[in-house]
Amino acid sequence: MSTRSQVAAHVKALPFSGIRKFFDIVASRKDVISLGVGEPDFDTPWTVREAAMWSLERGATHYTSNRGDPALRQAIARYVSAHFGATYDWQTEILVTVGVSEAIDVALRTVINPGDEVIYHEPCFVSYRPSIILAGGVPVMVETRREDQFRLTRAMLEQVVTPKTRALLLNFPCNPTGTVLSRDDVRDIAAFCMEHDLLLLTDEIYAELTYDHPHVSFVSVPGMKERTIFMHGMSKAWAMTGFRIGYACAPPEVSENMMKLHQYAIMSAPTTGQKAAAEALEHGAEAVADMVAHYNRRRHFLIASFEEMGVSCHTPAGAFYAFPYIGDLGISSEDFAMRFLEEHNVAVVPGDAFGRSGEGFLRCAYATSLDNLREAMARMAVFVNSLR
Amino acid sequence: MTEILDILKENARVSVEDIAKMVQKTPAEVAQRIKEYEQAGTIRGYRTLVNEEHLPGERVTAVIEVKVQPEREGGFDRIARRISKFPNVVNMYLMSGKYDLLLFVEGATLREVAAFVSERLATLDGVLSTGTHFMLKNYKQNGTLMDVDKTDERLQVSP
Repeated sequence: MSTRSQVAAHVKALPFSGIRKFFDIVASRKDVISLGVGEPDFDTPWTVREAAMWSLERGATHYTSNRGDPALRQAIARYVSAHFGATYDWQTEILVTVGVSEAIDVALRTVINPGDEVIYHEPCFVSYRPSIILAGGVPVMVETRREDQFRLTRAMLEQVVTPKTRALLLNFPCNPTGTVLSRDDVRDIAAFCMEHDLLLLTDEIYAELTYDHPHVSFVSVPGMKERTIFMHGMSKAWAMTGFRIGYACAPPEVSENMMKLHQYAIMSAPTTGQKAAAEALEHGAEAVADMVAHYNRRRHFLIASFEEMGVSCHTPAGAFYAFPYIGDLGISSEDFAMRFLEEHNVAVVPGDAFGRSGEGFLRCAYATSLDNLREAMARMAVFVNSLR
Repeated sequence: MTEILDILKENARVSVEDIAKMVQKTPAEVAQRIKEYEQAGTIRGYRTLVNEEHLPGERVTAVIEVKVQPEREGGFDRIARRISKFPNVVNMYLMSGKYDLLLFVEGATLREVAAFVSERLATLDGVLSTGTHFMLKNYKQNGTLMDVDKTDERLQVSP
């Protein structure tokens, strides 16, 4: 047996997602109430599932074009134009991907030259930093802070920008903080991108899930569409995580080159998922509105419950996560999550799974039933009191 | 604001305290609003959705289409109100189309329901004809699936 490692050094050097370790522990237990799930508890709307079944009956079981089914791309173009304030040509500017995860990977590999710096914000979704590294980029992290409600500001970006900065990778509404940017924030960050001639990669997967004011997309700012890769998908708002359908809208040259990588690695996104996605975009608005109403009630419930037990939590204006602060209880996020699980059988995700600056916080997903939330909050109140 | 009604329509047993948290009001405000709905007759009751198949014994439900003779003054209302008062009639609607009234009738036995139709309903003045369909299985009631149990297929933790 050769003594050479079978795994490439740069891959070996990548850490496992912090969430994975915790997942294994939770999975070994029974009857856990989990606030750790980053996906909707609602089933995919029936008409969408039905459209998927009908497509199978009809024999739509082949590859689609590399860019994606034309009917879906046209539906995406209409949807993005109606809701995000930018018009894309379905033939040259839209690429259907396997979730936003693939879109992020392909986008980064398409635009990053070795050594280019990419600014991203933490706490954030677990794949951003590794994806930047795998694309040959240098990740430059900006910590968003509790006192700013985890907003990203232009001032923070000005502190880290260098001549080597190539792009920004942003996610608002944000997983795990639930933070939404204001129109002014968006405008300021857009101006920053234009003044420093940077590309913007924006993951707006939670766009429909905002509660206090409507989502503002970066592509709605004049001049931004030309330097932005806008990424969205069906997973969250339409409760379609398992269908694995996302998309990227980008200027023609970028889109065309992203398509090359997608073509060689993936061929085309799953056909059944694409058929379902088209139905969801065309006729899913009512189902989305109903789910949003439910999330919003649960959000209010959770915020009120934290307040009741004296745990400080900024009001998350989007996504379906609350990010309460437990750093003043003299316990680390990981210890809190482990002990809460062992002593009360409730799973929450330690904030540091989303980056070092998440230490002191917990991610509590409210994509679960009111009964579960009520019981989890009652148990948390007991646990928090035991720590005081 | 009908959000309180939306919540109660889904689950009438949610506590006033929980509703208050969800709609960002005080429990007293929520209790007051519910009381107003009850007094105005907007809320007409709270029932439990029971899967009868889990219970011993048989219940028989029939759906009955009824053609009636509308009256010069009052239309269908007088005869409809009269029919609706029979305790066996659990749901009843005025319909467009080939018949006028649609009744959901419950009884302990087939014989009881048949007797209701032939002796009580068909003999009423103004009832022109009836068509009775016995219900075989309940798949969905008031938006709730009755013959499948929901399982959570999700991973317990995911990013």
